[in-house]
Amino acid sequence: MTAAETRPDPESVGAAATPQRQGREEVVFHLDGLSVHYGEFPAVKGVGLDVRRNEITALIGPSGCGKSTVLRSLNRMNDLIEIAKVSGLVEYHGVDLYGPAVDPVEVRRQIGMVFQKPNPFPKSIYDNVAFGPRIAKTDDDLDGLVEQSLRRAVLWDEVRDKLDQSAYALSGGQQQRLCIARAIATSPDVLLMDEPCSALDPIATLRIEELMVELKSDYSIVIVTHNMQQAARVSDRTAFFTVDESVTGHRTGILVEFDQTGKIFTNPSNPKTEDYITGRFG
Amino acid sequence: MGRPVSRRHSIAEAAHGGRGLSASVMLAGDPRRRRKEARVRGFLFAAAAATVLVGVAIVLALIGEAWNFVTQVEFSKLWSLGWFPRRDFFDVRTIVLGTIIIAGIAMVVATPLGLGAAIYLSEYASPRTRRILKPIVEILAGIPSVVLGYFALTWISPNVVQRLFTANTFNMAAAGIGVGVLVTPLVAAVTEDALRAVPVSLREASYGLGARRGETVRKVVLPAAVSGIVAALILGVSRAIGETMVVAMAAGATGGSLLQLNPLEPGQTMTAAMTALAIGSDQVAGSGLAFQSLFFVGLLLFAMTLILNVIGDRFVRRVREKY
Ligand SMILES: Nc1ncnc2c1ncn2[C@@H]1O[C@H](COP(=O)(O)OP(=O)(O)O)[C@@H](O)[C@H]1O
Ligand SMILES: [Mg+2]
Repeated sequence: MTAAETRPDPESVGAAATPQRQGREEVVFHLDGLSVHYGEFPAVKGVGLDVRRNEITALIGPSGCGKSTVLRSLNRMNDLIEIAKVSGLVEYHGVDLYGPAVDPVEVRRQIGMVFQKPNPFPKSIYDNVAFGPRIAKTDDDLDGLVEQSLRRAVLWDEVRDKLDQSAYALSGGQQQRLCIARAIATSPDVLLMDEPCSALDPIATLRIEELMVELKSDYSIVIVTHNMQQAARVSDRTAFFTVDESVTGHRTGILVEFDQTGKIFTNPSNPKTEDYITGRFG
Repeated sequence: MGRPVSRRHSIAEAAHGGRGLSASVMLAGDPRRRRKEARVRGFLFAAAAATVLVGVAIVLALIGEAWNFVTQVEFSKLWSLGWFPRRDFFDVRTIVLGTIIIAGIAMVVATPLGLGAAIYLSEYASPRTRRILKPIVEILAGIPSVVLGYFALTWISPNVVQRLFTANTFNMAAAGIGVGVLVTPLVAAVTEDALRAVPVSLREASYGLGARRGETVRKVVLPAAVSGIVAALILGVSRAIGETMVVAMAAGATGGSLLQLNPLEPGQTMTAAMTALAIGSDQVAGSGLAFQSLFFVGLLLFAMTLILNVIGDRFVRRVREKY
């Protein structure tokens, strides 16, 4: 299955589809009863939520509640951790992401990831962006693709004269935008971002936030953040997780509430959400 | 205003055991501590200086005797039919080429085996497999070279070299393979450390972009670890050049050697030649320049390793990917 087949043209969907049909087609990820165990212990369990096309979905909650774990189960990064076991349903455009025929490598080509700490390769700026396309052999016009990706990540003007310099010469905020450009260069369908601003200063954070809002016209974005203002500023929907302590003292993450961001922040249905939002907890 | 200040004083005094120090003395710190620091510093400097002095003394001794050799030897003897120091034939080519041949064969064996083992252990093996295999590799690194010399002579020579080629029982190929086996665990262990030092975040970035394991190893992990890998190979070559026992036992030519480029024939390396000379030192002392030639060969070895390290350093600095 190629990206072109699975990804309907946004304009045609918006114009032609009936609301119900549109609603169904817009779902990128459908999670139901998702649990992830590390060894014996469940890190997070019973998560159900839908991620929609061209939206920013934020995962918030106190540290250790399993936000990263849920995020990493969306592009099968958890496969890399030997003791991690995913159960429950994760559907990507209606396809079971953990089905027997699914190749995790193909999954990660369509679902890009940006990590908490900027992690450019110790290579040139150009080679960083070109990494994905070279591997996927989609590099007929590599120069054009690199430029376009850097432009999309609003980094082009700052690096156009030093593409062959090491990525490590860039500032933290620039490095993170480079990582976003690198993820974009493989033309993914979804961008997963795990606290992409936590290592950045406020100005760099603002730039990344602006960038996310700009990118959502082309991508669906899932972002983990423990900065509630950030979730409120950029996201369309918010999932609030918390930690449930069992009688044996083991802590397991659970999804408390998932709704439109406006609703979560102004009129949450669950009192726990309200406590967290208003800073009475966490 | 006066009261808070005096209170701060009393806190400072309390902190210094009430010895009545004023606030300005606090900035100067505790003199006993500083004296102790100075003593530690002095001791460490003495240790460093002693190391340097011993090194310099060794090199000077080496150069002195080597100089005696160079000034006294007939130059035609340095370029003759072979290395027979007790008979005043000092063909340096014989032992230098012997060293290069044996170290070369050793690295042909140790490079693929060592790198392969390291890549497997670091990138492919499950944590459980690694927990079992890593200590085994480390134990292998400690095998005494006499054992491997014996193994090279009695097993590698008949079962590998002589099965494939018509070769002398004592031959440089068997010795080279033996040295290669000896060096492999060292190369593997150092390379594995270099690979494991590559941050997980880089591997995650690669996998996150849809790279397979092989691609991640080739395009991210190996380039990032290249300085460590080169260091491992240089260590391996140095060890192979310096290895004496395996060569002395398996390559034959204990008394001396004709100039020999065929690895299937007996040969002599620099270190093995030195050992052969040093055995029965009365003879060494008695026979002309043989004793001095030891130092000359030693200096040559020293120069070779030095050049190797410089080249390695240059290379590493040129291709290193910092992270
Ligand atoms: N690789 C791992 N091995 C074992 N336990 C892990 C691993 N990664 C995360 N965990 C555990 O899973 C829980 C959730 O972690 P995480 O998803 O990182 O939370 P969050 O991102 O919300 O802070 C924590 O208790 C953490 O200790
Ligand atoms: Mg996290």
